Amino acid sequence: MKRQAPFALVFIFGIFMVIQFFVPHETSENAYEFLLDWIIIIGIFALALGIWSLFKVSTEKIKNRKEASEYSYITLIGLFVMMAFGFTQRTGESWGLYFIWILLCCACIVALMTMRASVDQGKKRMWAIGALVTLVGAIVVAIFDDAWQFYFTDPQGFENTMFRAFFDYVMMPILATMFALLAFFIASAAYRAFRARNVMASLLLLAALLVMSRFNPYLPFAEYVAKASNWLMNVPNLAAQRAIVVGIGLGIVGTALKVILGIERGYMGKG
Amino acid sequence: MEFGQYLGLTFAIFVTLAILSFLYKDNPFYRFAEHLVVGVSAGYFVIILWFQGLDDKLFGPLADGDWYFAYLNSSNAEYMIPAILGCLMWTRFSKNYSWVSRWPMAMYIGISAGLAIPLEMSNRVNKQLAAMMVDIKWDQFLGGADMLWLLDINSGLSQVLVLVGTMLAIIYFFFSKAHTGVFGKAATGGIWVLMIGFGASFGFTVMARISLFINRIQDTADWGKTAFDAAETANPNYHSGFQVVFWALVVFVIGYVVWEIMKTLKEPKATAQ
Amino acid sequence: MQAFEKLMMLDRRWIFLLLIVVCVFTYVFDFSIPILTEPETEAIYNFVDSLPPGDIVFIAIDYDPNNMAELHPMTYAVVEHCWRKELKIIFTSLSQNGPGMVDQALRDLSDSLAQDRTYNGVEFKGREIVRGVDYTFLGYKPYYAIVILGMGQNFRLPFSNDYYGTPLDSIPMMQGVFNYDQCAGVIDLSGGNITDAWISYGQGRFGFPLFLGLTGVMTAQYYPYLGSGQVKGIMGGLLGAAQYEELADNPGRAKDGMRIQLSAHLVIILFIVMGNIGFFASKRRLSKEGGA
Repeated sequence: MKRQAPFALVFIFGIFMVIQFFVPHETSENAYEFLLDWIIIIGIFALALGIWSLFKVSTEKIKNRKEASEYSYITLIGLFVMMAFGFTQRTGESWGLYFIWILLCCACIVALMTMRASVDQGKKRMWAIGALVTLVGAIVVAIFDDAWQFYFTDPQGFENTMFRAFFDYVMMPILATMFALLAFFIASAAYRAFRARNVMASLLLLAALLVMSRFNPYLPFAEYVAKASNWLMNVPNLAAQRAIVVGIGLGIVGTALKVILGIERGYMGKG
Repeated sequence: MEFGQYLGLTFAIFVTLAILSFLYKDNPFYRFAEHLVVGVSAGYFVIILWFQGLDDKLFGPLADGDWYFAYLNSSNAEYMIPAILGCLMWTRFSKNYSWVSRWPMAMYIGISAGLAIPLEMSNRVNKQLAAMMVDIKWDQFLGGADMLWLLDINSGLSQVLVLVGTMLAIIYFFFSKAHTGVFGKAATGGIWVLMIGFGASFGFTVMARISLFINRIQDTADWGKTAFDAAETANPNYHSGFQVVFWALVVFVIGYVVWEIMKTLKEPKATAQ
Repeated sequence: MQAFEKLMMLDRRWIFLLLIVVCVFTYVFDFSIPILTEPETEAIYNFVDSLPPGDIVFIAIDYDPNNMAELHPMTYAVVEHCWRKELKIIFTSLSQNGPGMVDQALRDLSDSLAQDRTYNGVEFKGREIVRGVDYTFLGYKPYYAIVILGMGQNFRLPFSNDYYGTPLDSIPMMQGVFNYDQCAGVIDLSGGNITDAWISYGQGRFGFPLFLGLTGVMTAQYYPYLGSGQVKGIMGGLLGAAQYEELADNPGRAKDGMRIQLSAHLVIILFIVMGNIGFFASKRRLSKEGGA
């Protein structure tokens, strides 16, 4: 039951999806649409596991007072603040006590986490009182401040200025800059590792240099360099990549068949 | 641009510089930015998942039901089945009941595998091979009227090169036979073709990576220009506070750099890099 | 020769600093470089340019802020071109941080479209871009392969409401629009594996014209699909974006960034050359010492 039933399910659904691809009958189409709809809903719950894992890891780091656990406070505050922005929106032009509420929520989170991490009972009690006070304050502000309100069934939060600001001024620059670091690592790699050790490496190097030079209008015969580069992309590169694509396609089909037939079982885990 | 937006933009430049400071060495500013983005990204994903996922796909259809009846009185009560299956995924965290999570996972894996077989076979294999099963243009074997006829990508020669190159590369990937003799020589030819492909990828990759840094330079320059460009941009919200914020960040960054340099110079040479 | 070997041992932070100095120095000097366009990008431009007003283009913004340096300029260039031509756009975003990118682009482009502009000698009057009339933003759903397949049946299957919570059936632009068949083509701007799903599950199953805007890292891998006709055009990296801006006569960040790209490439080529000189010098010295 614990292992055989899932393998049977994989087989049944897998075979059905293969067969329905070739069956244009209305019943087959309806069942197909039904399954597509359901699988998105099931998948959403699976994605929530990742968020729970992040929360758990951060809180455990603080509780066990691991090295650099103070940064986990920042992660948790970032998580809850962004969620708060996404579920709220102001009702008029004024923010009212909205930012006081945000600060009270952050203070409550910090107090709760520090309380969990405290060993000394006196300090634990102090942080617990702090958490309770800030929580009560946040609830009072949420109930009595009319300048903003919660939206759980209407995506008003998407148009919350603070939600957009955090996306534009926190997420975008940090994520973009993290990947921008790669520019330097590739420069370092080009300097230290890119060697024409043999004929094949030289071929790779020459192809790379041709592609890198293709948009340089100041080279002699720049137009011909661009055309040569275009030929390289559309003929030898195409041949190489086509072989890789065919190999990947055959690999995907082979692996999918092994999964459906129960030959490949690693995805089920142990037990 | 309003002052509040400029403050946000200044924070964006601050975190940009914080991440870039990692190139020198790991430091608290980098760690702050790194942990902040992890939390904020997760929070953003929760909101997207809630409104675009659960609210739209599950609670929307069940809206005409009541939660205290577990939505069984809804006209779309069948949506409770995928909801329950989804909740069963969470048993993954339980030591005794983690086997239950295999059922919805099996459904998902079976559907994905079943979808993949005909479509991937058709698009990655059949259509790619069919693209080479065309008549060779013998009348235009060395290219058209273009002066660089040998570099004509539509010529018969290019078609032959694509066909031969693809076959050689596919031969290289066939590891069930030892790469010896004629087969081995063909596989070596395949490696040559693959090296050209990887070289082309590398050339594009260099451009891609540099582009990422160029974007940060452009954003930083725009931030600087906004502080001083009152006349050019005709910003009705402009005031001297923009320049105060600009110089505050500049002074802070320069001060930190100087402090780091002083710290490095004071360190004994044996420990310094 | 030992000087070159010493250079090989240089702390990499000096390499980083040199790259930063060269890039910033180039940026300070304002000049533009001529952009040579390629047929792959011209195909996308010609497709959009040939469409009559009122036609619907499906644009998938499938990238995160990690890739925005190359793909955001493409989005701005293509979407402005479409709206100047009075085409209607259905947006979707199948990457998890993509909705924010679309939201930002829509805000910026709505402001830009309000201005009168002249492109390629043709004057375009400024106009207001109206949600539900000029565009519909479907939003995000996870599991992109399933969503692409679902949209091929009916957009309402994965997306009963748009990103802002409006039911699709009540959106004026979506009346009589059910799936890809009512769209002139699909333009996918992507930084990851979602492109593979568009080719296999989208174009492969439903047969619509598909055009790609890709990061430089991925571009070389998709030429086989261009060769087989499964994809009609590719914009590759910042150069692809610059080429589109050149064709549309709408210079933006991509064209502005190409001059820095030029000097940075020269620096990288210099590093490669220096590295190889040092390598061969070291190899020669070792073989001489071995011989002696």
